[in-house]
Amino acid sequence: MDKKIDYYEDVQFLTSPVVVFWFIALLVFLYLLPFFAPNYYIYMANYIAINIIVAAGLNLLVGFTGQISLGHAGFFAIGAYGTVILMAKASFPFLLALPCAALVAAAFGFLLGLPALRLEGPYLAIATLGFGLTITQIIGRIELFGGREGIHAPKLVIGPWQIDNDRKFYLVLITITIMMLLGMRNLIKTRVGRAFIAIRDADIAAQTMGVNILLYKTLAFAFSAFYAGVAGGLYAFVLRFIEPEIFTLMMSIMFLAMVVVGGLGSIMGSVTGAVLLCWLDLQLRNILNIPYVGGWLETLSESWFSINGVSNIQYIIFGAIMVSIMLFEPLGLYGVWIRTKKYWKTWPF
Amino acid sequence: MLDFIQMVVSGIAVGSTYALMGLAMVIIYKTSEVPNFAQGEMALASSFLAMMLLTTLKMSVVPAFCLAMGFAVLLGCFLEFAILRRAKEPNILGMIVITIGIEMMILGIVSWKFGAEQKTMPFPIGPYDSFMIRDIFLGQLEALILVSALVLMTVLFLFFRFSKLGLAMKATQQNGIAARIVGIRTNRILMMTWGISSAVGAVAGLLISPVMMHPYMMWDPMLKGFAAAVMGGMTSLPGAVFAAYLLGIIENLFGGYISIEFKSVVAFVIIVMILCFKPSGLFSKHYVKKV
Repeated sequence: MDKKIDYYEDVQFLTSPVVVFWFIALLVFLYLLPFFAPNYYIYMANYIAINIIVAAGLNLLVGFTGQISLGHAGFFAIGAYGTVILMAKASFPFLLALPCAALVAAAFGFLLGLPALRLEGPYLAIATLGFGLTITQIIGRIELFGGREGIHAPKLVIGPWQIDNDRKFYLVLITITIMMLLGMRNLIKTRVGRAFIAIRDADIAAQTMGVNILLYKTLAFAFSAFYAGVAGGLYAFVLRFIEPEIFTLMMSIMFLAMVVVGGLGSIMGSVTGAVLLCWLDLQLRNILNIPYVGGWLETLSESWFSINGVSNIQYIIFGAIMVSIMLFEPLGLYGVWIRTKKYWKTWPF
Repeated sequence: MLDFIQMVVSGIAVGSTYALMGLAMVIIYKTSEVPNFAQGEMALASSFLAMMLLTTLKMSVVPAFCLAMGFAVLLGCFLEFAILRRAKEPNILGMIVITIGIEMMILGIVSWKFGAEQKTMPFPIGPYDSFMIRDIFLGQLEALILVSALVLMTVLFLFFRFSKLGLAMKATQQNGIAARIVGIRTNRILMMTWGISSAVGAVAGLLISPVMMHPYMMWDPMLKGFAAAVMGGMTSLPGAVFAAYLLGIIENLFGGYISIEFKSVVAFVIIVMILCFKPSGLFSKHYVKKV
């Protein structure tokens, strides 16, 4: 089917006019969205875009390099606090503060990558998990960072533009998201990306072929943390107010869930996983207002469960999605897409 | 000095709950190589069931707790049979994701049923009843936790050492195929392992519930128990117990002398530092992959 005969075909992004057309159509749609969509959808799109960045970054670590991280909320927090602090206390401009904070997150990722060189499986899981929990505890104790009460994000000004509502911020955010995704895609297709994949598939064989495991494993952690840091910095301006309580273990788990549900080792997978789970998350927050199901759930809760715990149904649904994806389609939504595509390409056979 | 002894004593009591959770995770990891993140929530379900039996059916404590333990065994067996066994290509990440998914499902069901607020377990011993031994306070609950943990550990040790089922579990863990050849139904053994582990975890849950009872009560003990299990090497039962007591004591001393604010995270810092030097934990030989 898709036989590739030389290297440039492999790295090519816009492979055919059809792809070019759909890519441009998508870009036009994304940039025109704020001119007709209602406010709530813009907020939702912002929330989703941020999670897409983290999911893509985490996928680089989990899906492409084969490591586990249950501590990405920690990097996310570093990015968020770093950006806000640099802008508020050191009066950096936004476009400088964001990469600086992300680089700090990347440095922490590099540090976490060092012990990770020798760890795998549950050992790596607990080390990263401990990192995520510790970072938020530490941040919550530093007075400069606002302590437990949290800190307000400063006004956002990029050059001559005042970014003072969700619509304007959406344009900034979508540009950064697209840049990050394209960067990720290019990274995967280079020497570095191939080294990551080689480490995932067989680390000893990769080492034999001359891949520097020490360098590339820590680099994977650093890149992944960088993505989480950028996303965190942007998240601070979606919420406009950050406090340490936001960056919980549940957040790290949700990031991992997005990657797994979307499909390991696929950027489009991360995007779809993030879109699906964030959309569900936002919809299920007021579950009783959902048509048809809501009323039925209300009576069910009143007679068998409790009405004030009804919002916890979202955990049941997320858990069920994670379990069933792992059981029935380990490649995630991306696997479903591949099978559908193959079915229609080879149809009637 | 008195302070020091007091902190060590309560550290040991806290360590006992970590030890029980750690043991439960090690039992599962040893036989099936699944780091069970759902352990805490399985215990949570059992303790909320016990509370329901106590408050709505007005049962007395002993039968209610026995029923809850029975439920824990069934729940463990069911989860293994219905979900874990069905996983097609089990790798470690997949297993972690599945158990986290199970955890979220149970957490969702329990907090849907009971709401997120604090509940009270009608338990004959209150959290503030205590003995005085010379000048040291020992909460009666803490003493109960300590004694039951020790009893349970002894029972588990004897079980794995001398009973037929325990030996079969050991065999399954050491070499699954060979165990099948000599006539052990490894599938069933795995299921029973989950049942036993779930019961051990449920004991921890039931003993914690008189002190605090809300849907997130098991997160901290579970994570600390997991940390202890990892520190002990993930496959060694005595290692997990030792590490759990060590963590409990260090945590309390750290809270008492250095900083109470970082008490809850010091365990993880210790873990990361130990893993830097002993990547497979304290009590297991580092496994080096051969080509």
